[in-house]
Amino acid sequence: MTDIIKVNNITSGYQNRPVLKGIDFSIQEGEFFGIIGPNGSGKSTLLKTLSRSLKPYQGNVHYQQKDIHAISAQELAREFAFVAQDTVFNFSFTVWEIVLMGRIPYIGRMRPETPHDLEMAKESMRTTDTLALANRFIGALSSGERQMVLIAKALSQQPKVLFLDEPTSHLDIGHQVKILNLIKELNQKHNITVVVVLHDLNLASEYCDRLLLLNEGRVYKIGKAEEILTFQNIEEVYKTLVIVNRNPITKNPHILLVRKEKT
Amino acid sequence: MKSRKILLLYLLLLGAAATFGLCFGPVKISILELLSDENSAILHLRMMRVILGLVAGAGLAVAGVIFQGILRNALAEPYVLGVSSGAGLGAVLALFFNLSVKSLPIVAFAGAILAMIIVYQLAKINGQVSTQGLILSGVIVGAVFSSLLLFFVSISPNEAMHGITWWLLGSLEAWDIKLLVAVVILVSIGIGVATFFSRDLNAISLGEEEAGHLGINVPLVKKILFVVASLITGSIVCVCGIIGFVGLIIPHAIRAVCGSDHRLVLPASALSAGAFLIFADTLGRTIMPPVEVPIGVITALIGGPIFIILLRRKQRSPL
Repeated sequence: MTDIIKVNNITSGYQNRPVLKGIDFSIQEGEFFGIIGPNGSGKSTLLKTLSRSLKPYQGNVHYQQKDIHAISAQELAREFAFVAQDTVFNFSFTVWEIVLMGRIPYIGRMRPETPHDLEMAKESMRTTDTLALANRFIGALSSGERQMVLIAKALSQQPKVLFLDEPTSHLDIGHQVKILNLIKELNQKHNITVVVVLHDLNLASEYCDRLLLLNEGRVYKIGKAEEILTFQNIEEVYKTLVIVNRNPITKNPHILLVRKEKT
Repeated sequence: MKSRKILLLYLLLLGAAATFGLCFGPVKISILELLSDENSAILHLRMMRVILGLVAGAGLAVAGVIFQGILRNALAEPYVLGVSSGAGLGAVLALFFNLSVKSLPIVAFAGAILAMIIVYQLAKINGQVSTQGLILSGVIVGAVFSSLLLFFVSISPNEAMHGITWWLLGSLEAWDIKLLVAVVILVSIGIGVATFFSRDLNAISLGEEEAGHLGINVPLVKKILFVVASLITGSIVCVCGIIGFVGLIIPHAIRAVCGSDHRLVLPASALSAGAFLIFADTLGRTIMPPVEVPIGVITALIGGPIFIILLRRKQRSPL
């Protein structure tokens, strides 16, 4: 396995407020890589720094041995796609228009979409099961459907790496599983490297090949779910008491929380 | 193609409005009579008005669409944002200090950009620009610039300037032919540049980060489009004063009919806003002769209520 993304000692954050300090790790090609950590630990900031939305003050991020800030934005948009958390739509675009925007990195200015672009957009709607929504307005969809459409847009970019920031927040358990199953399928069948920020530790445990546990802007630990999701680590980072069991079927760690008066 | 047909329809609408604008006025003249020699002076006058109406309408609508797209706010518009008043103050100052007519668009453009920067910075709190903040600071900056404009008009030693109320109410009577030609050129270039970036505008209206992930150089595109919209507004204000709400009403109506794709919204808004202004101007000239109702009054009477409806709807749901 080769490293597709390599993070070299980055310090990153927003105007005079460093959030991440001295981060160093790498992501392998084809991996389903999860980023977890408490609120404010810097998960979203890390994802933004990895995907070039945020320039680190120090250190650099390499994609296939190249500094991502040395790659043109358009070129990188054909390699990386990003599904943001809580996208707000101020204009009533249709689902089809939104998905087609994923082709922007491939289309020259003032040129119409080619039949190939249309086919790629349709293909990603088929994969995400959103073809039936094509003519609906994005604002009229449920949050589950909207998330699927955003993934379809990302897919039509034909990315090698897909970044997702809490793709399952605000979704019911059925949609959570549906979305993560789809992402897993993309990861395995389409060989897309997935880098995902997840809030839910049990979902992270079930789906991710490796986890990075962030604590106060630093890497606390990186490894497989069973190495990361131990009650000691969780107690230390989340400051909360938990019991770690195993999922009876998959044997992955399963976290149970404990109410205060029962401790 | 569907969008071609829609544009053709708007072109026909524009043609109808132009014919209406040529034939109607204090005196009603049929097309055939209009072409005769004795009416050539009237034809010339009305032709100028129609051309200015088209350019001003198209330009203001395109400026409105640009502001709405990059600020991701359907209520943004040159007048509401105070940009028109900034341009008006610039133009009046240029006249006050006896600068050449040629420099007018440049000074007005400077005033427009200045107003835009002030409004944007005032509205920005913690890096976020809210709808309410933007509208409030736009209205206030607009009011301050308008009163300065009136002040300079009133103290001007140039007697001719005292009669200029049209800076505030708008008028399609071109007062300088060379200026009109310059404005036609500037506005056309502006519309061309905006069209060139229409797909970028689509992406940016989804969100700046979103557009960045689609490979668009957002800070650069934003700067270019801000400059283009201010340049268009500045040039138009030089020849026809402050005409409000056109950039709001027309793009909104077009979006309701044609959707949000800027590749269609831009040209469709330009054509129909041109038709709208020609129509509104003709109405203003014919409704109560010999008094001419200033075009800014007509657009405000139509646009004001629409603005309030939109604002209330926006407050109820952010979508």
